[in-house]
Amino acid sequence: MQDIVKNFNYKKILSDKRALVILGIVISIIGIIVAVTDPVRFQILITSVSEGSFYALAALGIGLLFGVLRLINFAYGDWVMLAGYALILPSTAVTSTLIIGSFHPVLIVLIIIGFTVLLSVLSESTVFRPMRNTNPAIMMIASFALGYVLQNLTIMIYGGRPKSAGIFEELTQTVDLAEGVSVPLLKIITIGVTAVLLILLTLFLHRTRIGIQMRAAAEDFRMARMLGVRANFVIAMAFVISGFLASFVSLMYVTQIGILTFRMGTPIIVFAFIATVIGGMGSLVGSVVGGMVVGVSSVVLKNILPGSIRGFSDAFVFGIVIAILLARPQGLVPAKSARERV
Amino acid sequence: MIKTSATENNITLEAKEVTIQFEGLTAVETVNEKLHTGEILGLIGPNGAGKTTLVNALTGFQIPTSGKVFLGKKEVSNLTPHWFRRHGVARTFQAGRLFREMPISENIEVAAISMGLGRRKAHAHAMELLEWLGLADRAKLPAGVLPYTDERRVGIGRALAMKPSFVLLDEPAAGMSDLECDEIMKIVSEIPSRFGCGVLLIEHNMRVIMGVCERIHVLDSGKTISRGTPQEVQKDPAVIQAYLGHG
Repeated sequence: MQDIVKNFNYKKILSDKRALVILGIVISIIGIIVAVTDPVRFQILITSVSEGSFYALAALGIGLLFGVLRLINFAYGDWVMLAGYALILPSTAVTSTLIIGSFHPVLIVLIIIGFTVLLSVLSESTVFRPMRNTNPAIMMIASFALGYVLQNLTIMIYGGRPKSAGIFEELTQTVDLAEGVSVPLLKIITIGVTAVLLILLTLFLHRTRIGIQMRAAAEDFRMARMLGVRANFVIAMAFVISGFLASFVSLMYVTQIGILTFRMGTPIIVFAFIATVIGGMGSLVGSVVGGMVVGVSSVVLKNILPGSIRGFSDAFVFGIVIAILLARPQGLVPAKSARERV
Repeated sequence: MIKTSATENNITLEAKEVTIQFEGLTAVETVNEKLHTGEILGLIGPNGAGKTTLVNALTGFQIPTSGKVFLGKKEVSNLTPHWFRRHGVARTFQAGRLFREMPISENIEVAAISMGLGRRKAHAHAMELLEWLGLADRAKLPAGVLPYTDERRVGIGRALAMKPSFVLLDEPAAGMSDLECDEIMKIVSEIPSRFGCGVLLIEHNMRVIMGVCERIHVLDSGKTISRGTPQEVQKDPAVIQAYLGHG
Protein backbone atom coordinates (compact mmCIF):
# COMPACT_ATOMS: atom_id res chain seq x y z
CA MET A 1 0.00 0.00 0.00
CA GLN A 2 2.79 2.36 0.91
CA ASP A 3 4.53 1.52 -2.34
CA ILE A 4 1.51 2.58 -4.33
CA VAL A 5 1.40 5.86 -2.48
CA LYS A 6 5.11 6.32 -3.02
CA ASN A 7 4.88 5.54 -6.71
CA PHE A 8 1.89 7.78 -7.23
CA ASN A 9 3.69 10.73 -8.67
CA TYR A 10 1.16 13.45 -9.41
CA LYS A 11 3.73 15.61 -11.14
CA LYS A 12 4.49 12.85 -13.59
CA ILE A 13 0.83 12.45 -14.42
CA LEU A 14 0.39 16.18 -14.87
CA SER A 15 3.37 16.46 -17.16
CA ASP A 16 2.33 13.58 -19.42
CA LYS A 17 -0.17 14.66 -22.05
CA ARG A 18 -1.76 11.26 -22.49
CA ALA A 19 -2.19 10.80 -18.75
CA LEU A 20 -3.76 14.24 -18.60
CA VAL A 21 -6.25 13.43 -21.36
CA ILE A 22 -7.22 10.21 -19.56
CA LEU A 23 -7.52 12.14 -16.30
CA GLY A 24 -9.74 14.71 -18.00
CA ILE A 25 -11.98 12.04 -19.52
CA VAL A 26 -12.23 10.18 -16.20
CA ILE A 27 -13.19 13.37 -14.36
CA SER A 28 -15.77 14.18 -17.04
CA ILE A 29 -17.29 10.69 -16.90
CA ILE A 30 -17.44 10.75 -13.10
CA GLY A 31 -19.01 14.20 -13.34
CA ILE A 32 -21.64 13.00 -15.78
CA ILE A 33 -22.42 9.86 -13.76
CA VAL A 34 -22.72 11.89 -10.57
CA ALA A 35 -24.86 14.41 -12.40
CA VAL A 36 -27.40 12.19 -14.13
CA THR A 37 -28.41 10.48 -10.90
CA ASP A 38 -29.91 13.64 -9.49
CA PRO A 39 -32.00 16.36 -11.15
CA VAL A 40 -30.34 19.23 -9.29
CA ARG A 41 -26.89 18.00 -10.18
CA PHE A 42 -27.95 17.50 -13.76
CA GLN A 43 -29.06 21.09 -13.85
CA ILE A 44 -25.67 22.14 -12.50
CA LEU A 45 -24.00 20.06 -15.22
CA ILE A 46 -25.90 21.79 -18.04
CA THR A 47 -25.35 25.23 -16.53
CA SER A 48 -21.65 24.66 -15.96
CA VAL A 49 -21.00 23.24 -19.43
CA SER A 50 -22.89 26.20 -20.85
CA GLU A 51 -20.76 28.62 -18.85
CA GLY A 52 -17.68 26.69 -19.97
CA SER A 53 -18.77 26.98 -23.61
CA PHE A 54 -19.20 30.71 -23.21
CA TYR A 55 -15.68 31.16 -21.88
CA ALA A 56 -14.32 28.71 -24.44
CA LEU A 57 -15.64 30.95 -27.23
CA ALA A 58 -14.26 34.08 -25.62
CA ALA A 59 -10.91 32.38 -25.00
CA LEU A 60 -10.73 31.21 -28.61
CA GLY A 61 -11.12 34.78 -29.84
CA ILE A 62 -8.14 35.77 -27.72
CA GLY A 63 -6.12 32.60 -28.32
CA LEU A 64 -6.41 32.88 -32.08
CA LEU A 65 -4.91 36.36 -32.18
CA PHE A 66 -2.22 35.36 -29.74
CA GLY A 67 -1.33 32.37 -31.89
CA VAL A 68 -0.97 34.29 -35.12
CA LEU A 69 0.27 37.63 -33.84
CA ARG A 70 1.49 37.11 -30.26
CA LEU A 71 -1.04 39.81 -29.47
CA ILE A 72 -2.68 39.66 -26.04
CA ASN A 73 -5.78 41.58 -26.95
CA PHE A 74 -7.38 43.17 -23.92
CA ALA A 75 -9.65 45.24 -26.16
CA TYR A 76 -11.52 42.02 -26.93
CA GLY A 77 -13.85 42.56 -23.97
CA ASP A 78 -14.65 46.01 -25.27
CA TRP A 79 -15.54 44.67 -28.69
CA VAL A 80 -18.00 42.45 -26.85
CA MET A 81 -19.27 45.48 -24.91
CA LEU A 82 -19.67 47.68 -28.00
CA ALA A 83 -21.43 44.90 -29.87
CA GLY A 84 -23.97 44.98 -27.07
CA TYR A 85 -24.38 48.75 -27.23
CA ALA A 86 -24.88 48.53 -30.98
CA LEU A 87 -28.29 47.04 -30.24
CA ILE A 88 -29.70 50.25 -28.78
CA LEU A 89 -30.30 53.82 -29.89
CA PRO A 90 -27.20 55.98 -29.39
CA SER A 91 -28.29 58.51 -26.78
CA THR A 92 -27.41 59.52 -23.25
CA ALA A 93 -31.05 59.34 -22.18
CA VAL A 94 -31.88 57.41 -19.02
CA THR A 95 -34.13 54.95 -20.77
CA SER A 96 -32.79 52.99 -23.68
CA THR A 97 -34.52 52.22 -26.94
CA LEU A 98 -33.78 49.09 -28.90
CA ILE A 99 -33.14 49.75 -32.56
CA ILE A 100 -31.18 46.91 -34.09
CA GLY A 101 -32.22 44.90 -31.06
CA SER A 102 -35.86 45.15 -32.13
CA PHE A 103 -35.29 43.69 -35.60
CA HIS A 104 -35.99 40.15 -36.67
CA PRO A 105 -33.68 37.77 -34.70
CA VAL A 106 -31.81 36.62 -37.79
CA LEU A 107 -31.22 40.23 -38.77
CA ILE A 108 -29.99 41.06 -35.26
CA VAL A 109 -27.45 38.25 -35.38
CA LEU A 110 -26.23 39.17 -38.86
CA ILE A 111 -25.91 42.89 -38.12
CA ILE A 112 -24.09 42.31 -34.83
CA ILE A 113 -21.70 39.89 -36.51
CA GLY A 114 -21.04 42.46 -39.23
CA PHE A 115 -20.60 45.26 -36.71
CA THR A 116 -18.16 43.34 -34.50
CA VAL A 117 -16.13 42.04 -37.42
CA LEU A 118 -15.86 45.57 -38.76
CA LEU A 119 -14.81 46.84 -35.35
CA SER A 120 -12.18 44.12 -35.11
CA VAL A 121 -10.81 44.74 -38.59
CA LEU A 122 -10.72 48.49 -37.95
CA SER A 123 -8.83 47.91 -34.70
CA GLU A 124 -6.32 45.89 -36.67
CA SER A 125 -5.77 48.36 -39.46
CA THR A 126 -5.61 51.48 -37.29
CA VAL A 127 -3.88 50.26 -34.13
CA PHE A 128 -2.29 46.84 -34.41
CA ARG A 129 -1.00 46.85 -37.97
CA PRO A 130 1.28 49.87 -37.52
CA MET A 131 2.64 48.23 -34.36
CA ARG A 132 3.13 44.78 -35.76
CA ASN A 133 6.90 44.89 -35.66
CA THR A 134 7.11 46.12 -32.10
CA ASN A 135 7.33 43.63 -29.27
CA PRO A 136 4.27 41.83 -27.85
CA ALA A 137 4.34 43.82 -24.61
CA ILE A 138 3.86 47.07 -26.50
CA MET A 139 0.99 45.61 -28.51
CA MET A 140 -0.63 44.45 -25.28
CA ILE A 141 -0.39 47.95 -23.79
CA ALA A 142 -1.83 49.31 -27.04
CA SER A 143 -4.77 46.93 -26.66
CA PHE A 144 -5.38 48.29 -23.14
CA ALA A 145 -5.32 51.80 -24.57
CA LEU A 146 -7.70 50.84 -27.35
CA GLY A 147 -10.01 49.30 -24.76
CA TYR A 148 -10.10 52.52 -22.74
CA VAL A 149 -10.71 54.57 -25.87
CA LEU A 150 -13.64 52.34 -26.76
CA GLN A 151 -15.02 52.52 -23.20
CA ASN A 152 -14.80 56.29 -23.09
CA LEU A 153 -16.30 56.57 -26.54
CA THR A 154 -19.20 54.56 -25.20
CA ILE A 155 -19.59 56.89 -22.23
CA MET A 156 -19.58 59.88 -24.58
CA ILE A 157 -22.22 58.44 -26.86
CA TYR A 158 -24.39 56.46 -24.47
CA GLY A 159 -23.61 57.96 -21.08
CA GLY A 160 -22.09 56.13 -18.14
CA ARG A 161 -25.32 54.74 -16.70
CA PRO A 162 -26.22 51.09 -17.19
CA LYS A 163 -28.76 50.60 -19.96
CA SER A 164 -31.26 47.87 -20.42
CA ALA A 165 -31.20 45.83 -23.60
CA GLY A 166 -33.56 42.93 -23.57
CA ILE A 167 -33.07 40.79 -26.63
CA PHE A 168 -34.20 37.24 -27.29
CA GLU A 169 -36.06 37.34 -23.98
CA GLU A 170 -37.97 34.19 -24.83
CA LEU A 171 -34.66 32.31 -24.62
CA THR A 172 -34.30 32.98 -20.91
CA GLN A 173 -37.43 30.95 -20.20
CA THR A 174 -36.78 27.55 -18.76
CA VAL A 175 -37.54 24.28 -20.46
CA ASP A 176 -38.06 20.91 -18.81
CA LEU A 177 -35.45 18.42 -19.95
CA ALA A 178 -36.55 15.60 -17.68
CA GLU A 179 -38.32 15.00 -14.38
CA GLY A 180 -37.36 17.94 -12.20
CA VAL A 181 -34.69 19.20 -14.58
CA SER A 182 -35.50 22.61 -15.96
CA VAL A 183 -32.87 24.91 -17.39
CA PRO A 184 -33.08 28.16 -19.35
CA LEU A 185 -33.23 27.51 -23.07
CA LEU A 186 -30.32 29.94 -23.49
CA LYS A 187 -27.98 27.53 -21.65
CA ILE A 188 -28.71 24.78 -24.11
CA ILE A 189 -28.43 27.14 -27.07
CA THR A 190 -25.09 28.39 -25.78
CA ILE A 191 -23.74 24.85 -25.73
CA GLY A 192 -25.17 24.14 -29.20
CA VAL A 193 -23.90 27.37 -30.77
CA THR A 194 -20.44 26.84 -29.30
CA ALA A 195 -20.31 23.28 -30.60
CA VAL A 196 -21.32 24.43 -34.09
CA LEU A 197 -18.82 27.29 -34.08
CA LEU A 198 -16.04 24.97 -32.90
CA ILE A 199 -16.79 22.53 -35.71
CA LEU A 200 -16.89 25.36 -38.26
CA LEU A 201 -13.64 26.80 -36.98
CA THR A 202 -11.95 23.39 -37.08
CA LEU A 203 -13.13 22.79 -40.63
CA PHE A 204 -12.00 26.26 -41.62
CA LEU A 205 -8.53 25.78 -40.13
CA HIS A 206 -8.00 22.33 -41.61
CA ARG A 207 -9.87 22.33 -44.88
CA THR A 208 -9.42 25.75 -46.40
CA ARG A 209 -6.42 27.42 -47.95
CA ILE A 210 -6.53 30.36 -45.57
CA GLY A 211 -6.94 28.03 -42.62
CA ILE A 212 -3.81 26.08 -43.41
CA GLN A 213 -1.83 29.26 -43.93
CA MET A 214 -3.19 30.58 -40.66
CA ARG A 215 -2.06 27.50 -38.74
CA ALA A 216 1.37 27.74 -40.31
CA ALA A 217 1.56 31.43 -39.43
CA ALA A 218 0.48 30.67 -35.88
CA GLU A 219 3.32 28.21 -35.49
CA ASP A 220 6.14 30.13 -37.11
CA PHE A 221 5.11 33.44 -38.56
CA ARG A 222 8.45 34.29 -40.14
CA MET A 223 8.83 30.90 -41.77
CA ALA A 224 5.29 31.11 -43.12
CA ARG A 225 6.07 34.47 -44.67
CA MET A 226 9.22 33.09 -46.23
CA LEU A 227 7.15 30.38 -47.86
CA GLY A 228 4.99 33.04 -49.46
CA VAL A 229 2.07 33.20 -47.01
CA ARG A 230 0.49 36.65 -47.29
CA ALA A 231 0.95 38.07 -43.82
CA ASN A 232 -1.52 40.95 -44.06
CA PHE A 233 -4.27 38.77 -45.39
CA VAL A 234 -3.81 36.00 -42.86
CA ILE A 235 -3.68 38.46 -39.96
CA ALA A 236 -6.75 40.32 -41.20
CA MET A 237 -8.60 36.99 -41.42
CA ALA A 238 -7.58 36.15 -37.86
CA PHE A 239 -9.14 39.44 -36.76
CA VAL A 240 -12.28 38.70 -38.77
CA ILE A 241 -12.70 35.37 -36.98
CA SER A 242 -11.87 36.86 -33.60
CA GLY A 243 -14.51 39.55 -34.16
CA PHE A 244 -16.96 36.93 -35.38
CA LEU A 245 -16.53 34.97 -32.15
CA ALA A 246 -16.81 38.17 -30.10
CA SER A 247 -20.20 38.90 -31.66
CA PHE A 248 -21.57 35.57 -30.41
CA VAL A 249 -20.02 36.09 -26.98
CA SER A 250 -21.76 39.47 -26.86
CA LEU A 251 -25.15 38.21 -28.04
CA MET A 252 -25.12 35.38 -25.49
CA TYR A 253 -24.01 37.67 -22.69
CA VAL A 254 -26.52 40.42 -23.40
CA THR A 255 -29.36 37.92 -23.75
CA GLN A 256 -28.40 36.49 -20.37
CA ILE A 257 -27.86 39.75 -18.48
CA GLY A 258 -30.14 42.16 -20.33
CA ILE A 259 -28.14 45.15 -19.12
CA LEU A 260 -25.34 47.07 -20.77
CA THR A 261 -22.56 48.85 -18.92
CA PHE A 262 -19.39 50.27 -20.38
CA ARG A 263 -17.35 48.02 -18.10
CA MET A 264 -19.16 44.81 -18.93
CA GLY A 265 -16.30 43.53 -21.09
CA THR A 266 -13.78 43.49 -18.24
CA PRO A 267 -14.93 40.40 -16.31
CA ILE A 268 -15.34 38.52 -19.60
CA ILE A 269 -11.83 39.34 -20.78
CA VAL A 270 -10.34 38.50 -17.38
CA PHE A 271 -11.92 35.05 -17.29
CA ALA A 272 -11.29 34.40 -20.97
CA PHE A 273 -7.68 35.48 -20.68
CA ILE A 274 -7.16 33.21 -17.70
CA ALA A 275 -8.75 30.43 -19.71
CA THR A 276 -6.26 30.89 -22.55
CA VAL A 277 -3.37 30.95 -20.08
CA ILE A 278 -4.28 27.75 -18.26
CA GLY A 279 -5.12 26.09 -21.57
CA GLY A 280 -1.74 27.05 -23.01
CA MET A 281 -1.17 30.33 -24.83
CA GLY A 282 -1.35 29.93 -28.56
CA SER A 283 -3.07 26.56 -28.54
CA LEU A 284 -6.65 26.63 -29.78
CA VAL A 285 -7.54 23.30 -28.21
CA GLY A 286 -6.03 24.69 -25.04
CA SER A 287 -8.29 27.75 -25.19
CA VAL A 288 -11.37 25.54 -25.33
CA VAL A 289 -10.13 23.28 -22.53
CA GLY A 290 -9.18 26.31 -20.44
CA GLY A 291 -12.57 27.93 -21.01
CA MET A 292 -14.29 24.74 -19.91
CA VAL A 293 -12.15 24.44 -16.79
CA VAL A 294 -12.87 28.04 -15.77
CA GLY A 295 -16.58 27.94 -16.60
CA VAL A 296 -17.33 24.54 -15.12
CA SER A 297 -15.34 25.06 -11.93
CA SER A 298 -16.92 28.47 -11.43
CA VAL A 299 -20.50 27.17 -11.66
CA VAL A 300 -19.83 23.97 -9.75
CA LEU A 301 -18.12 25.86 -6.92
CA LYS A 302 -20.98 28.34 -6.72
CA ASN A 303 -23.29 25.39 -6.15
CA ILE A 304 -21.33 23.11 -3.86
CA LEU A 305 -19.53 25.54 -1.57
CA PRO A 306 -21.14 26.02 1.85
CA GLY A 307 -23.47 29.03 1.92
CA SER A 308 -21.25 31.21 4.06
CA ILE A 309 -18.32 31.23 1.60
CA ARG A 310 -20.32 30.83 -1.61
CA GLY A 311 -19.93 34.52 -2.32
CA PHE A 312 -16.19 34.00 -2.61
CA SER A 313 -16.36 31.25 -5.20
CA ASP A 314 -14.21 33.26 -7.63
CA ALA A 315 -11.37 33.10 -5.13
CA PHE A 316 -11.58 29.32 -5.32
CA VAL A 317 -11.68 29.40 -9.12
CA PHE A 318 -8.52 31.47 -9.15
CA GLY A 319 -7.04 29.11 -6.57
CA ILE A 320 -7.58 26.25 -9.01
CA VAL A 321 -6.02 28.36 -11.76
CA ILE A 322 -2.92 28.96 -9.65
CA ALA A 323 -2.71 25.26 -8.78
CA ILE A 324 -2.90 24.30 -12.45
CA LEU A 325 -0.24 26.82 -13.42
CA LEU A 326 2.06 25.64 -10.63
CA ALA A 327 1.80 22.08 -11.90
CA ARG A 328 1.84 22.97 -15.61
CA PRO A 329 3.33 26.42 -16.19
CA GLN A 330 3.00 25.95 -19.95
CA GLY A 331 -0.74 25.40 -19.67
CA LEU A 332 -2.79 22.24 -19.99
CA VAL A 333 -2.39 21.87 -23.76
CA PRO A 334 0.72 23.90 -24.56
CA ALA A 335 1.36 24.94 -28.15
CA LYS A 336 4.27 22.85 -29.39
CA SER A 337 5.85 25.84 -31.04
CA ALA A 338 6.11 27.57 -27.68
CA ARG A 339 8.18 24.73 -26.29
CA GLU A 340 11.91 24.91 -26.13
CA ARG A 341 13.56 22.60 -28.60
CA VAL A 342 16.31 20.35 -27.31
CA MET B 1 2.74 37.38 -61.56
CA ILE B 2 4.36 34.56 -59.69
CA LYS B 3 6.81 32.67 -61.75
CA THR B 4 6.53 29.05 -60.84
CA SER B 5 8.62 27.10 -63.25
CA ALA B 6 12.09 27.20 -64.57
CA THR B 7 11.06 26.73 -68.16
CA GLU B 8 12.55 30.09 -69.01
CA ASN B 9 16.04 29.12 -69.91
CA ASN B 10 19.14 31.12 -69.29
CA ILE B 11 17.83 32.71 -66.12
CA THR B 12 20.60 33.04 -63.55
CA LEU B 13 20.96 33.94 -59.89
CA GLU B 14 24.03 36.07 -59.63
CA ALA B 15 26.17 37.60 -56.91
CA LYS B 16 28.22 40.46 -58.29
CA GLU B 17 31.06 41.80 -56.15
CA VAL B 18 29.00 41.03 -53.06
CA THR B 19 30.46 42.23 -49.76
CA ILE B 20 28.71 41.83 -46.43
CA GLN B 21 29.98 43.43 -43.26
CA PHE B 22 28.69 43.16 -39.74
CA GLU B 23 29.92 46.11 -37.71
CA GLY B 24 33.42 46.01 -39.07
CA LEU B 25 33.61 42.23 -39.44
CA THR B 26 33.68 41.28 -43.08
CA ALA B 27 31.72 38.06 -43.50
CA VAL B 28 31.76 38.00 -47.30
CA GLU B 29 34.22 39.95 -49.44
CA THR B 30 33.72 40.79 -53.13
CA VAL B 31 32.36 37.40 -54.09
CA ASN B 32 31.21 36.71 -57.65
CA GLU B 33 29.14 33.71 -58.63
CA LYS B 34 26.46 32.86 -61.13
CA LEU B 35 24.08 29.98 -60.56
CA HIS B 36 22.38 28.59 -63.68
CA THR B 37 19.21 26.54 -63.85
CA GLY B 38 19.88 22.84 -64.25
CA GLU B 39 23.24 22.78 -62.50
CA ILE B 40 24.45 21.80 -59.04
CA LEU B 41 26.96 24.20 -57.54
CA GLY B 42 28.75 23.32 -54.33
CA LEU B 43 29.62 26.03 -51.82
CA ILE B 44 32.24 24.87 -49.35
CA GLY B 45 34.67 26.33 -46.87
CA PRO B 46 35.70 26.01 -43.23
CA ASN B 47 33.37 27.09 -40.44
CA GLY B 48 32.81 30.83 -40.46
CA ALA B 49 33.85 31.15 -44.10
CA GLY B 50 30.67 33.08 -44.91
CA LYS B 51 28.74 30.40 -46.78
CA THR B 52 25.41 30.88 -45.06
CA THR B 53 25.82 34.66 -45.18
CA LEU B 54 26.29 34.47 -48.95
CA VAL B 55 23.20 32.29 -49.26
CA ASN B 56 21.32 34.80 -47.12
CA ALA B 57 22.28 37.52 -49.58
CA LEU B 58 21.14 35.38 -52.50
CA THR B 59 17.71 34.78 -50.93
CA GLY B 60 16.87 38.22 -49.60
CA PHE B 61 17.71 37.51 -45.96
CA GLN B 62 20.67 39.83 -45.99
CA ILE B 63 21.11 43.05 -47.91
CA PRO B 64 24.70 43.23 -49.21
CA THR B 65 26.83 46.03 -47.78
CA SER B 66 28.10 46.56 -51.31
CA GLY B 67 27.77 44.71 -54.57
CA LYS B 68 24.60 43.48 -56.17
CA VAL B 69 22.40 40.41 -56.51
CA PHE B 70 20.68 39.74 -59.82
CA LEU B 71 17.87 37.39 -60.71
CA GLY B 72 18.04 37.23 -64.47
CA LYS B 73 18.63 40.83 -65.48
CA LYS B 74 16.76 42.32 -62.55
CA GLU B 75 18.64 43.70 -59.59
CA VAL B 76 17.13 42.18 -56.47
CA SER B 77 19.65 43.06 -53.75
CA ASN B 78 17.16 44.91 -51.54
CA LEU B 79 14.10 42.69 -51.93
CA THR B 80 12.55 40.55 -49.19
CA PRO B 81 12.85 36.77 -48.68
CA HIS B 82 9.15 36.64 -49.41
CA TRP B 83 9.70 38.22 -52.83
CA PHE B 84 12.50 35.78 -53.61
CA ARG B 85 10.35 32.79 -52.73
CA ARG B 86 7.48 34.04 -54.87
CA HIS B 87 9.81 34.54 -57.78
CA GLY B 88 11.37 31.14 -57.79
CA VAL B 89 14.27 31.34 -55.36
CA ALA B 90 13.76 28.88 -52.50
CA ARG B 91 15.99 27.69 -49.72
CA THR B 92 16.26 25.34 -46.77
CA PHE B 93 17.62 26.09 -43.33
CA GLN B 94 20.20 24.34 -41.20
CA ALA B 95 17.62 23.99 -38.45
CA GLY B 96 14.72 22.39 -40.28
CA ARG B 97 12.15 24.97 -39.12
CA LEU B 98 9.18 22.82 -40.01
CA PHE B 99 5.70 23.53 -38.70
CA ARG B 100 5.94 20.85 -36.06
CA GLU B 101 2.29 20.61 -35.15
CA MET B 102 1.12 20.26 -38.71
CA PRO B 103 1.13 17.02 -40.69
CA ILE B 104 4.15 16.47 -42.90
CA SER B 105 2.06 16.80 -46.05
CA GLU B 106 0.63 20.14 -44.94
CA ASN B 107 4.11 21.49 -44.33
CA ILE B 108 4.61 21.28 -48.09
CA GLU B 109 1.01 22.20 -48.94
CA VAL B 110 1.38 25.54 -47.16
CA ALA B 111 4.08 26.52 -49.61
CA ALA B 112 2.06 25.38 -52.63
CA ILE B 113 -1.10 27.10 -51.38
CA SER B 114 0.70 30.37 -50.74
CA MET B 115 1.91 30.30 -54.30
CA GLY B 116 -1.64 30.08 -55.56
CA LEU B 117 -2.58 26.40 -55.81
CA GLY B 118 -6.00 25.23 -54.67
CA ARG B 119 -6.41 23.02 -51.65
CA ARG B 120 -6.72 19.75 -53.51
CA LYS B 121 -4.04 20.44 -56.10
CA ALA B 122 -1.68 21.52 -53.35
CA HIS B 123 -2.28 18.23 -51.58
CA ALA B 124 -1.63 16.22 -54.74
CA HIS B 125 1.50 18.25 -55.38
CA ALA B 126 2.73 17.67 -51.82
CA MET B 127 2.07 13.93 -52.05
CA GLU B 128 3.99 13.74 -55.30
CA LEU B 129 6.99 15.40 -53.64
CA LEU B 130 6.74 13.16 -50.57
CA GLU B 131 6.57 10.09 -52.78
CA TRP B 132 9.80 11.14 -54.41
CA LEU B 133 11.40 11.90 -51.04
CA GLY B 134 10.36 8.50 -49.68
CA LEU B 135 8.12 9.99 -47.00
CA ALA B 136 4.68 9.38 -48.51
CA ASP B 137 3.82 6.69 -45.96
CA ARG B 138 4.33 9.19 -43.15
CA ALA B 139 2.48 12.11 -44.77
CA LYS B 140 -0.17 12.35 -42.07
CA LEU B 141 2.17 12.35 -39.07
CA PRO B 142 2.88 15.65 -37.37
CA ALA B 143 6.23 16.97 -38.55
CA GLY B 144 7.42 17.26 -34.94
CA VAL B 145 7.82 13.49 -34.62
CA LEU B 146 10.38 13.19 -37.43
CA PRO B 147 14.06 12.66 -36.69
CA TYR B 148 16.04 15.65 -37.92
CA THR B 149 17.48 13.74 -40.85
CA ASP B 150 13.96 13.32 -42.20
CA GLU B 151 13.09 16.90 -41.29
CA ARG B 152 15.71 17.99 -43.79
CA ARG B 153 14.04 15.96 -46.50
CA VAL B 154 10.69 17.60 -45.75
CA GLY B 155 12.50 20.95 -45.80
CA ILE B 156 13.84 20.13 -49.27
CA GLY B 157 10.33 19.15 -50.38
CA ARG B 158 8.94 22.39 -49.03
CA ALA B 159 11.57 24.39 -50.88
CA LEU B 160 10.84 22.54 -54.11
CA ALA B 161 7.07 23.07 -53.94
CA MET B 162 5.88 24.88 -57.06
CA LYS B 163 9.10 24.23 -58.93
CA PRO B 164 11.36 27.15 -58.09
CA SER B 165 14.08 28.13 -60.56
CA PHE B 166 16.72 27.94 -57.87
CA VAL B 167 16.98 26.09 -54.60
CA LEU B 168 19.68 26.78 -52.02
CA LEU B 169 20.30 23.92 -49.61
CA ASP B 170 22.06 24.78 -46.36
CA GLU B 171 23.88 21.68 -45.11
CA PRO B 172 21.21 19.10 -45.84
CA ALA B 173 23.48 16.21 -44.87
CA ALA B 174 24.91 17.59 -41.62
CA GLY B 175 25.04 14.93 -38.94
CA MET B 176 23.82 12.17 -41.23
CA SER B 177 25.14 8.63 -41.41
CA ASP B 178 26.74 7.37 -44.62
CA LEU B 179 23.55 5.60 -45.58
CA GLU B 180 21.47 8.73 -45.03
CA CYS B 181 24.04 10.74 -46.97
CA ASP B 182 23.58 8.39 -49.89
CA GLU B 183 19.85 9.08 -49.84
CA ILE B 184 20.40 12.83 -49.72
CA MET B 185 22.92 12.59 -52.58
CA LYS B 186 20.40 10.73 -54.66
CA ILE B 187 17.73 13.31 -53.91
CA VAL B 188 19.96 16.32 -54.60
CA SER B 189 21.34 14.88 -57.81
CA GLU B 190 17.84 14.29 -59.13
CA ILE B 191 16.67 17.86 -58.51
CA PRO B 192 17.95 19.49 -61.74
CA SER B 193 16.45 16.87 -64.04
CA ARG B 194 13.17 16.54 -62.12
CA PHE B 195 12.50 20.20 -61.46
CA GLY B 196 14.73 21.93 -63.96
CA CYS B 197 16.11 24.16 -61.26
CA GLY B 198 19.60 25.17 -60.28
CA VAL B 199 20.91 23.92 -56.94
CA LEU B 200 23.35 25.64 -54.66
CA LEU B 201 24.55 23.20 -52.05
CA ILE B 202 26.33 24.18 -48.85
CA GLU B 203 27.80 21.10 -47.28
CA HIS B 204 30.67 20.06 -45.06
CA ASN B 205 30.53 16.44 -46.06
CA MET B 206 33.07 16.21 -48.88
CA ARG B 207 31.75 12.87 -50.07
CA VAL B 208 28.37 14.50 -50.72
CA ILE B 209 29.89 17.58 -52.34
CA MET B 210 32.28 15.66 -54.57
CA GLY B 211 29.57 13.14 -55.41
CA VAL B 212 26.89 15.49 -56.72
CA CYS B 213 28.40 18.86 -57.67
CA GLU B 214 29.47 19.84 -61.15
CA ARG B 215 31.15 23.01 -59.99
CA ILE B 216 32.49 24.05 -56.62
CA HIS B 217 33.05 27.46 -55.10
CA VAL B 218 35.36 27.57 -52.08
CA LEU B 219 35.18 30.37 -49.53
CA ASP B 220 37.61 31.05 -46.73
CA SER B 221 37.23 33.99 -44.33
CA GLY B 222 34.69 35.51 -46.70
CA LYS B 223 36.90 35.40 -49.79
CA THR B 224 36.76 33.18 -52.81
CA ILE B 225 39.88 31.01 -52.74
CA SER B 226 39.04 28.57 -55.49
CA ARG B 227 36.45 27.77 -58.15
CA GLY B 228 36.21 24.86 -60.54
CA THR B 229 35.29 21.22 -60.99
CA PRO B 230 35.57 18.88 -58.01
CA GLN B 231 38.84 17.50 -59.40
CA GLU B 232 40.36 20.95 -59.86
CA VAL B 233 39.27 22.19 -56.46
CA GLN B 234 40.56 19.10 -54.67
CA LYS B 235 44.03 19.66 -56.07
CA ASP B 236 44.10 23.39 -55.44
CA PRO B 237 46.85 24.17 -52.88
CA ALA B 238 44.84 27.11 -51.51
CA VAL B 239 41.96 24.76 -50.67
CA ILE B 240 44.22 22.19 -49.05
CA GLN B 241 45.82 24.97 -47.06
CA ALA B 242 42.44 26.31 -45.90
CA TYR B 243 41.23 22.90 -44.80
CA LEU B 244 44.41 21.63 -43.21
CA GLY B 245 45.13 24.76 -41.25
CA HIS B 246 46.55 28.17 -41.77
CA GLY B 247 50.09 27.17 -40.85
